[in-house]
Amino acid sequence: MIYFNNVSKVYNKDSVALDDVTLTITTGEFVSIVGHSGAGKTTLVKMILADEVPSNGTVFFESINVVKANNKDLTRLRRRIGVVFQDFKLLSNKTAYENIAFAMEAVGKNNEEIESDVPHVLELVDLSNKMHHFPHQMSGGEQQRLAIARAIINQPELIIADEPTGNLDAVNTYEIVQILKKINDLGTTVILTTHNRGVVDSVGKRVVTMEKGKIIRDDKDGKYVI
Amino acid sequence: MTDFKRITKAGFVNFWRSGAISWAAVLVVTITLSVITSILLLQAVLSFSLNQIKDKVDVTIYFTVGAPENKILSLKDSLEKLPEVQKVSYVSADEALKLFRVRHESDYPTIQALDEIKDNPLGAYLNVKAKEVSQYESIANFMKGDNALVIGSSSIIDKVNYFQNKIVIDRLNNIISGAQKLGFIITLILIIISIIITFNTIRLAIFISKEEIGVMRLVGASKMRVRGPFMIEGAIYGIISTIITLILFWPTTAYLGSNMTNFLGLNLYDYYISNLFQISVIILLSGVLLGMFSSLIAIRKYLNK
Repeated sequence: MIYFNNVSKVYNKDSVALDDVTLTITTGEFVSIVGHSGAGKTTLVKMILADEVPSNGTVFFESINVVKANNKDLTRLRRRIGVVFQDFKLLSNKTAYENIAFAMEAVGKNNEEIESDVPHVLELVDLSNKMHHFPHQMSGGEQQRLAIARAIINQPELIIADEPTGNLDAVNTYEIVQILKKINDLGTTVILTTHNRGVVDSVGKRVVTMEKGKIIRDDKDGKYVI
Repeated sequence: MTDFKRITKAGFVNFWRSGAISWAAVLVVTITLSVITSILLLQAVLSFSLNQIKDKVDVTIYFTVGAPENKILSLKDSLEKLPEVQKVSYVSADEALKLFRVRHESDYPTIQALDEIKDNPLGAYLNVKAKEVSQYESIANFMKGDNALVIGSSSIIDKVNYFQNKIVIDRLNNIISGAQKLGFIITLILIIISIIITFNTIRLAIFISKEEIGVMRLVGASKMRVRGPFMIEGAIYGIISTIITLILFWPTTAYLGSNMTNFLGLNLYDYYISNLFQISVIILLSGVLLGMFSSLIAIRKYLNK
């Protein structure tokens, strides 16, 4: 599904974010990418969205060359991917309902679909009672659940969760991981980056370990080993 | 269509929720529109005064006593055919005498002297009004030139007062064109300054939403879907500012109309009311276009991902 071919990212001579990374992720996988801060995890996943452009190498999302895709193709590509960030990246001047409705509007869903699906997905992440709250009126865990709800609302083929638990306490972290596992069980590919040992061990699926921009381990049913 | 509705709605909602930032932008756009309106009114006052002055300038051709009327009239005809000439009025010798008597009614010795002569000592004259002050010279030259009609009549012309008034007319001409140039330059500078300030305010308002724009793009929103609400917001700034400006100028011009009409030579309140429609259209268009284009340009930077 996703192919990184000899991808490098060099900001300047002393700052190499990625160094010749080659990685394949197949449909339906749950891949945890682990490593210290600055290992290149976030840079790697951002390349799938063309939010970062590699200095060298190519990135494919199925048959689409992400590096060379034009604006229109990128918009279409991004609609097939749901993204969850450490800092949530919610629209701060929109309510929980509107945040999700916006993602649906973006892909061209009609009003009936929006009105029926949004309450449903909010219920799924247990936010029905916060439907008309703004992000700043919600806790970190609630905001992250809202971000996940937004990521899954359009039934994407891939979920990218970039340090989704970085700002959360243990209980909320556990909840988020459970939700991501459930999404994966339903057939969606999930890429999770984290430096949280507990998270990786509780997932118990493929683990890619990065260090200084290189992949140093790639274990099926892996554990957090650094 | 749904998209347009959603974009419009989002624009209004964003405007409302941005609160203080929106009103700051409205304030700045209002100032810009007020500058434009003031300039419109100032231009009206200026052109009114200039027209009044211009109206007072004319050239008179005095004919010798006993000059045949048909020659004078044929000269009048040929003058009227000149494109520069706005109006030629003929005053016959008899009328000239009547006017002279009226003007010197209380000047007893003059009237007495006139009565003593018996014959009319005054010649007829033509009063020529040009369309532009700068055109008197060419009209005067036409009189001097060896035009077929003029050749025969050159002997009947006593004097043309243009050559006496030349210095005054020239100076007035310079003042008028100078005032118009200066007015234009000041207008241009003021408008450019206002536009720059407005543009930067709107840019700051959008800068605050920089992150949001990035998030919208990541969620898969099209450029238009992201840009649209901001442009609607810009248009709203323009519309609200127009309304505020129009309301502000109501009492302002009323005050100027009742207190400054003598000084300005023009009742600004009357002018404002009778031109309200044109003024509204001008500042509404300026406001809306300014708001929308500023938004469009400001957001471009954050959309290129």
